[in-house]
Amino acid sequence: MAVEILMPALSPTMEEGTLAKWLVKEGDQITSGDIIAEIETDKATMEVETVDEGTVGKILVAEGAEGVLVNTPIAIVLAEGEDASAMDASKAAAPEPAAAPAEATSAPAAAAAAPAPVEVSVPADPDIPSGTELVSMTVREALRDAMAEEMRTDDAVFVMGEEVAEYQGAYKVTQGLLDEFGDRRVIDTPITEHGFTGIAVGAGFGGLKPVLEFMTFNFAMQAIDHIINSAAKTLYMSGGQMGCPIVFRGPNGAAARVGAQHSQDYSAWYSSVPGLKVVAPYTAADAKGLLKAAIRDPNPVIFLENEILYGRSFDVPKLDDWVVPIGKARIAQEGSDVTIVSFSIGMTYALSAAEKLAEEGISAEVIDLRTLRPMDMPTVVESVKKTNRLVTVEEGWPTSGIGAEIAAQVSAQAFDWLDAPVTRVSGKDVPMPYAANLEKLALPTVDDVVSAAKQVLYI
Amino acid sequence: MAARKTRSATKKSDATFTPEQDLQAYRDMLLIRRFEEKAGQMYGMGLIGGFCHLYIGQEAVVVGMQMALGDGDQMITSYRDHGHMLACGMDSKGVMAELTGRQGGYSKGKGGSMHMFSREKNFYGGHGIVAAQVPLGTGLAFSNKYKGNDRVSVTYFGEGAANQGQVYESFNMASIWKLPVIFVIENNGYAMGTAVRRSAAKSEEMYARGAAFGIPGEQVDGMDVRAVKAAGDKAVAHCRSGNGPYILEMRTYRYRGHSMSDPAKYRTKEEVQKMRQEHDAIEQVKHRMIENGAASEADLKEIDKEVRAIVTEAAEFAQSDREPDPAELWTDILVEA
Repeated sequence: MAVEILMPALSPTMEEGTLAKWLVKEGDQITSGDIIAEIETDKATMEVETVDEGTVGKILVAEGAEGVLVNTPIAIVLAEGEDASAMDASKAAAPEPAAAPAEATSAPAAAAAAPAPVEVSVPADPDIPSGTELVSMTVREALRDAMAEEMRTDDAVFVMGEEVAEYQGAYKVTQGLLDEFGDRRVIDTPITEHGFTGIAVGAGFGGLKPVLEFMTFNFAMQAIDHIINSAAKTLYMSGGQMGCPIVFRGPNGAAARVGAQHSQDYSAWYSSVPGLKVVAPYTAADAKGLLKAAIRDPNPVIFLENEILYGRSFDVPKLDDWVVPIGKARIAQEGSDVTIVSFSIGMTYALSAAEKLAEEGISAEVIDLRTLRPMDMPTVVESVKKTNRLVTVEEGWPTSGIGAEIAAQVSAQAFDWLDAPVTRVSGKDVPMPYAANLEKLALPTVDDVVSAAKQVLYI
Repeated sequence: MAARKTRSATKKSDATFTPEQDLQAYRDMLLIRRFEEKAGQMYGMGLIGGFCHLYIGQEAVVVGMQMALGDGDQMITSYRDHGHMLACGMDSKGVMAELTGRQGGYSKGKGGSMHMFSREKNFYGGHGIVAAQVPLGTGLAFSNKYKGNDRVSVTYFGEGAANQGQVYESFNMASIWKLPVIFVIENNGYAMGTAVRRSAAKSEEMYARGAAFGIPGEQVDGMDVRAVKAAGDKAVAHCRSGNGPYILEMRTYRYRGHSMSDPAKYRTKEEVQKMRQEHDAIEQVKHRMIENGAASEADLKEIDKEVRAIVTEAAEFAQSDREPDPAELWTDILVEA
């Protein structure tokens, strides 16, 4: 029976890709193991092997097609003895690709008097000179450009980590750096987090400015002794003699379907440590500007990226030296009824929730913390004084989390301005499950944020 | 390259010293001994807090190695670090004042016995986590190679630390990247209270722990300062000429407990006495100098007097100096950009 070849997912987070090249044509005989096509994701170009045997009956997606969704049929293979007529039968018989489980949508109850939607206001970034040209780029490209720019101006800056050089980065963040800077400054390490982190910290003591990539921060747990005991505390323990200018960077938090050990959010862990700065950007502009600031900073900086965000595009100001100061939050959207504070991928929930709330006539102010330590509490407190209500959003665990810290700070600094208890939206207090439905339940949702906002508004 | 064994622990070293070198070694080792005795006494008086790990018995290791180093070479070690600091020329007043937690201490009183540093003397600590200094020291060597200078990083650790995984992670990278680092294993026989034979596989051959990584190693009589310097010279030359890391296993002995609260039930008094009487590093130099006429009893007494004066001055400073200003609680957490 004719078989459809489907667009494959080549990574846990891939949703679509470009069918770069067909290596077979209609009428070709193929057998299991043959390379039939090349597919480009935002990270890499991968070869597609067939597991089917037969004749290529029809190519359904042309070479060069972009944005081909995972599971789209891309070709039909005819079994021995079949002709083109089998293809129609195949189509009829082919099961529908498993649809993603339907979102539990609660149809908004038609209120007796529907509130008028409010206008969403995005303030101009005061750090960007007016008239600056903006270019769209992915977070991944922004991070790469930040490293490349700093490496061009300072020979003491080097990049080290697993697969950062010849492989071009496990998540392709360091793509092209080896070509430009060579293997003296772009260094592949063995798989040995504890050891290479200690070496990088030692190199920092020795006067260099290492940018250390962790393939993910989950693996940095093996190296956390050097991050905290060696990098963060030595300046203090040496009476100010010996600081360590180093950036620890890499994806943090949940990706998709990779289970408990590969999905932990370390925001709260590192944020509790004096001697560290902790940065967790959401947009590409912030990723670039903050990474440049982190590399220049004379202190150890934990730079928490997010795998899901790597491929997202944002406008980035086209400036020779775009640097975003560490320690300053950004008001992503102005509003008056409720403040929603988040960071990193949490911003996706916060912004979508604000949009939904706007449709219902609720004006939310959304603050992107960008830096978690030192946290820009004045910006949060100012907003709370205006809205009198606060919701925090993070993917990490609730207990002793970033939201808990913000709640404590706000209750100490703005208690009299609060009209409702600070409410936290977070990941659930469980290890990350693997099953798709459970994983979804473990993470916060836009609806959770909307509900929390309504809760603090007593609606 | 296979590890080579120089069983100098069981035979007399054929390395020789000039009378000047003997005198220098004697003086430097004696300063450490007297300093540590004083520190132990002050600890007993409650003037030094927390942990205090004395170096008494092991002086020849650090003094011999220091004689093999040049300007700009770096040193890093564990928490048993007072001897290393004195050997690399750090001021005994600043070290002792750190032990008493005073503002004139090397870390302004904020580090303590286990956490002291001197940029000026290229002493990179003083690290309290067992074996953490090994990748850190390897990283110093990495910075030397990156900068293209010919400096060498001397990374000290005990035979107990030699069982930590990060030591082998460091060996691996030091070897593949040919980093100029000398790994000095100070094998004093006991990891806290656990004898090396109970804690280390092939405990008689700790110098061979780098063999799987192609790192040459030697066993050295760490109670003979001449043997230490000779081995240090060889290791330094190896590293400086771009051949990568080198391991020196120093067979040494600590007379005192692991820290001040250690009653040392895990070994006999006779064992300690035997080492002190038959192998003491300072006594060896003393006898040699008197025998060959390099110094008289009176000369050595004079040195002893000088050293005692330095230590007394340090102890007095460490007791009279002020405690750090309360405002120091909040400084040195971050470098202000």
